[in-house]
Amino acid sequence: MSCSDMMNSASLTGRPVIEGDAASRGIVGDGQAVPTATVINAGVGNLGNLERALRFLGAETEITTDPDVVRRHRCLLLPGVGAFRPPRDNLRGAMEEALRQAIDDGAWLLGICVGYQILFEGGEEFGDSDGLGLLPGIVRRLPSNIILPHMGWNALHDEADHPLLRHIPRGSFVYFVHSFAPLDLTAEVSLAKATYGQPFDAIAGRGRVLGTQFHPEKSGRHGLQLLRNYLEMARCN
Amino acid sequence: MKTASGSLTCRIIPCLDVSAGRVVKGVRFKDLEDQGDPAETAARYDAQGADELVFLDITAAPEGRETDYDWVRRTAEQVFIPLTVGGGVRKVEDAARLLMAGADKVAINTAALERPDLLDGLARRFGSQCVVLSVDAQRRPAASPGGSAWWEVVTHGGRQARGLDALEWMRQGVERGAGEILLTSIDSDGTQAGYDLQLLRLASDQVGVPVIASGGAGTAEHLAEALRAGASAVLAASIFHRGTYTVGQVKDFLADQGFPMRRDDGVTTEAEKGKIR
Repeated sequence: MSCSDMMNSASLTGRPVIEGDAASRGIVGDGQAVPTATVINAGVGNLGNLERALRFLGAETEITTDPDVVRRHRCLLLPGVGAFRPPRDNLRGAMEEALRQAIDDGAWLLGICVGYQILFEGGEEFGDSDGLGLLPGIVRRLPSNIILPHMGWNALHDEADHPLLRHIPRGSFVYFVHSFAPLDLTAEVSLAKATYGQPFDAIAGRGRVLGTQFHPEKSGRHGLQLLRNYLEMARCN
Repeated sequence: MKTASGSLTCRIIPCLDVSAGRVVKGVRFKDLEDQGDPAETAARYDAQGADELVFLDITAAPEGRETDYDWVRRTAEQVFIPLTVGGGVRKVEDAARLLMAGADKVAINTAALERPDLLDGLARRFGSQCVVLSVDAQRRPAASPGGSAWWEVVTHGGRQARGLDALEWMRQGVERGAGEILLTSIDSDGTQAGYDLQLLRLASDQVGVPVIASGGAGTAEHLAEALRAGASAVLAASIFHRGTYTVGQVKDFLADQGFPMRRDDGVTTEAEKGKIR
C-alpha cells in the first residue's frame, strides 16, 4: 500500500467516533511498522490531550524527558502551552543535543504552540538569538492594542500546498492560545498564516522540521487531520 | 477598552451540568433529571459545531465532595475541542487532577471567594489560559434614591450572598490571574428571557479578559444581544438540551447578523471574509 493510498483511506470524513476510530486504527494495523509518536516533555503544560489525540488516530505514544529516547525515535512532537514562559531552559544541554542529533539522523519534529516558537532562531519571548534555530525566523509579540493572549478559533489563510495540510480545506478554523508568533517568515518556510491584529505564520516547516502555532489536538477534525498527516509523513519517509 | 479584533470568532458554548458522572437537568439544583452520558453528549455538540464545552459538576459544591473525573477522561478521549470543567475545585491539586484527566481549563467559583490566592496559584502553575473565574451575580437596587444598581456576588445557586461587588471581584480575579470570566446572572438564569445585558456591558468594558455570558438564553436573538453587549462567548444550556436549536442553527443565525463564526467546513462567513485578508 502506498503512502498516498493510506492518506486517502485515512482521510477524516465527518466525526470519527467509532468508525473513524476504527479507520484510524486501520492505519496502524496494515502490517507496516508504526513509529511511536514521542512527545517531548519539556516540563511545561499538559501533554495528556496531545497524547489522547495521537492515540485516537491510532498511534502508539510515549511521553519522555529522556534524551536517549529522543535520540532513538523518529517521530517527535514538542508541545508547549502559550501565555507561559517557554520551556527553553528545559531544552538545553543533553535534551537539545539529542534533539539535534535525532533530526540530523532523519527524525521528524512537530513543534506545537511554544514548542513551535522555539524552533526559530530566537524571539522577544526568550532572547533574540536563543531559539533552536531549526527554522529561519524570529518570534515576536502580537500587537499590544488587542486582547492578549490570542485565544479562540481563527481561520487559516495563505495555505501552501504541502502534505501537512492534506485534506484540510482552505480557510479552516483552528484553536489558538498564544501572545507571540513568527510574523514575517519567508515563503520558503511559511505554510499557512492567520490574522489577529496582524498576519502571522500559523504553520511553518522546512524538510522534516514542522510546527503549528495553534493546538491541533484541540482544533476539532481539521486539527486531527493535521496530526494524522504528520504521522503519515513521519512514517512514509 | 481593548477588543479581540481581527478574525477571532465568537464562541458558542453549550453548558452541561454533571452530577455523579451523568449529564443532568434541573432547576436550581433541584429535581435533577438524567440527560445522558457526558462523553456522548459532548460528542453530539462537537458534531454540531460547538466551539468549546463547559461542564459544571453541580454535585461538587453543595456537598463538598471530591469529584470523580473518569467522565472527563472519557470525554477528552473522543472530543478534541477545548473543555472547561468547574465544580469542586478547592485547591491547586484538584485543578491538576482535572487537567490531567483532560480538561483544558478549570472554572473556579466558591473556592476562589474563600481563598482568592488560589487564582494566583493556579495561574502561576498552569498559566492564565487555564483559569476561568466563574462568577454568579445578582442585581441589587440602588442603596439610595438616585444611586445606581449594583451586582452582588452570590454562591450556591443564589442562596448565599457574599457581600461583594461582582465587578470589583472580577477585576480582582483578573489581576490575580484569571484568563477568562464566566459570568452568570442569577436573576436571568433559568428564565429564558435573555441575558443581563447591562451587567455584560459593564463587565466586558471593565475586566480586560474575555467574558462568557451565561444565564437567560431562550432564543438565538438573546445570544446576539449578549455578543453585541461585548461578550466574547455565549454559554447556553436549555436551548440546546431541549433541542430548540442545534449549535449549527444558532451559528447560521448569528453569522447572518454579521458575527464571525467558526464553520467546521472551513468556509468563512461573509462577515469574516472582509477581515481575514
